[in-house]
Amino acid sequence: MSELTLTVMRLGFLAVLWLFVIVAVQVIRSDLFGTRVTQRSGRRGETAARPPQQRQQAAAQDRRGQQPAQNGRQRRGAPTKLVVAEGSLAGTTVALQGQTITLGRAHDSTIVLDDDYASSRHARIYPDRDGQWIVEDLGSTNGTYLDRNRLTTPTPVPLGAPIRIGKTVIELRK
Amino acid sequence: MSASNTTTITSIGAPNRRNTELALLVFAVAIPVFAYANVGLAKNGSVPAGLLGYGVGLGLLATVTHLLVRKFAPYADPLMLPIATLLNGLGLVLIWRLDQEPSLGSAMAPKQLMWSTFGVVLFVLVLVLVKDHRILQRYTYISMVLALVLLVLPVFFPPVYGARIWISLPGIGSLQPGEFAKIIITVFFAGYLMVKRDALALASRRVMGLYLPRGRDLGPILVIWAVSLLILVFETDLGTSLLFFGLFVIMLYVATERTSWIVFGLLLSSAGAVAVASSEPHVKIRVQDWLHPLALQNGAVTETAQARYAFGSGGLFGSGLGQGYSRLIHGIAPKSDYILATVGEELGLAGLMAVLLLYGLLIERGIRTALAARDPFGKLLAIGLSGGFALQVFVVAGGVTGLIPLTGMTMPFMAQGGSSVIANWALVAILLRISDTARRPAPSPAPSPDAEATQVVRNQ
Repeated sequence: MSELTLTVMRLGFLAVLWLFVIVAVQVIRSDLFGTRVTQRSGRRGETAARPPQQRQQAAAQDRRGQQPAQNGRQRRGAPTKLVVAEGSLAGTTVALQGQTITLGRAHDSTIVLDDDYASSRHARIYPDRDGQWIVEDLGSTNGTYLDRNRLTTPTPVPLGAPIRIGKTVIELRK
Repeated sequence: MSASNTTTITSIGAPNRRNTELALLVFAVAIPVFAYANVGLAKNGSVPAGLLGYGVGLGLLATVTHLLVRKFAPYADPLMLPIATLLNGLGLVLIWRLDQEPSLGSAMAPKQLMWSTFGVVLFVLVLVLVKDHRILQRYTYISMVLALVLLVLPVFFPPVYGARIWISLPGIGSLQPGEFAKIIITVFFAGYLMVKRDALALASRRVMGLYLPRGRDLGPILVIWAVSLLILVFETDLGTSLLFFGLFVIMLYVATERTSWIVFGLLLSSAGAVAVASSEPHVKIRVQDWLHPLALQNGAVTETAQARYAFGSGGLFGSGLGQGYSRLIHGIAPKSDYILATVGEELGLAGLMAVLLLYGLLIERGIRTALAARDPFGKLLAIGLSGGFALQVFVVAGGVTGLIPLTGMTMPFMAQGGSSVIANWALVAILLRISDTARRPAPSPAPSPDAEATQVVRNQ
């Protein structure tokens, strides 16, 4: 075997070995799971500046991009996002994609409330079979309020009605 | 509105990553086959005759494990299996490469391939039989007894190379029960600490910034310390005792979050090590070799120095596979304890770092599994298994590179030695099982019966 071939093989082997390590690290990078937080301060200003008609189009495009599978059974006028209107998390939005949203101080909740008046598993918001969103109090100490009424049973949430937990107010919006 | 508050939160479940695993596995089989061809070309000038058989054999093992993981642990971590396969394959090639040196004794690679197959069989058995790692929790105290028996067994067998860590079974060969005891005692620690951790963490007095546990809580740690010291004295094996004590301290720290355990652990282990190193002749020699590697023994420098010569002659990019002089390490174990010296010489610093990173990635995935696990037993078991694995890699790599005195432990997956390969495949299987449970998406909540009842009332 010529010296050159062996040198090429030697360096080639090291390159392949490192390539494996790099690919493995890339797999770890793409393997994240849990909760994804996206900053959208830039995009928000952009959307606000656009004329209203265009804005609606953009929102429709966003919606289509987010939930291609559910477009068929999605009703018109159904909420697409949950918005925290007041409290320490004000401005946070969660896309509604048919998943159950849990609220509470427990760190595995979808929305983790840092509020002395919230229980660790305070409430959950989920769609029923017709796609209507329901809010249910999970036996919290200080209660969950829809408009002014304390919840005792799972209740359908109208669009834009404030759900109050301690100092946090959340709403469902289109 | 401040910028930091305009965020969108979406929850992402861990995806099933089996196709990624398959792609990485193909890669992990191709690299050792490349290395095998490289060794053959460098040593004999031709592609070795066994290339096809070796490639097919390794590929078959990888395929079988992959298909079973697909079936029995579909959400498991995608990286552990490829990395373990790659390390095992590289180890096989390096052992075969050292077999080409007639001065290093009989061929070991076929035997090692057989042991690897047994290891994969045990991997499959663990994956199929242990459907849920919490089953192991039932055997907490049985595993303690079993581990102690396994640890004490070698005392009744004659020492090999000055250390009593082998038992010889007629017809099968010699086994190192300590490798299996490592896994079994982790099960005991995890089960025990899960129950006792509150007592250990909370019932303590604060003295000089450290939390001093109560005497009765300190008892078990002292017992484990004494047992590991006894292993050191009677089996003259620094590595195993370091591994067991270190494992216990790691798990205590993780279970209680008290830094004082680490301080205690370090103090106790250094006290024990110093006491034994100054009294036990076998350990004393190892320490002397470490402190004075260039001292002459029988007209030659110590093995420690020879290993360092190998690293030095390898340089940055190595001499190339099959073109080093590791046959000159005339010590007891160029194929097992000193296999890293061959890596360092023939693949250079670049190759050695890649191999160490692979170990690091495997350990990282284990710790990541512990973080993701939902039950405390799974958390402790995963951290104990990956911590023990990490300690073993540190003890061996540190010993060969001259950071700490050399001990009689084997590099997991790479070094020649049946018990080590088999036990580490079982360890990876348990980690995969825990990670499958941890990454499985949570089942969607069943509609609550109350809701149905209220709807009925409302409809009426």
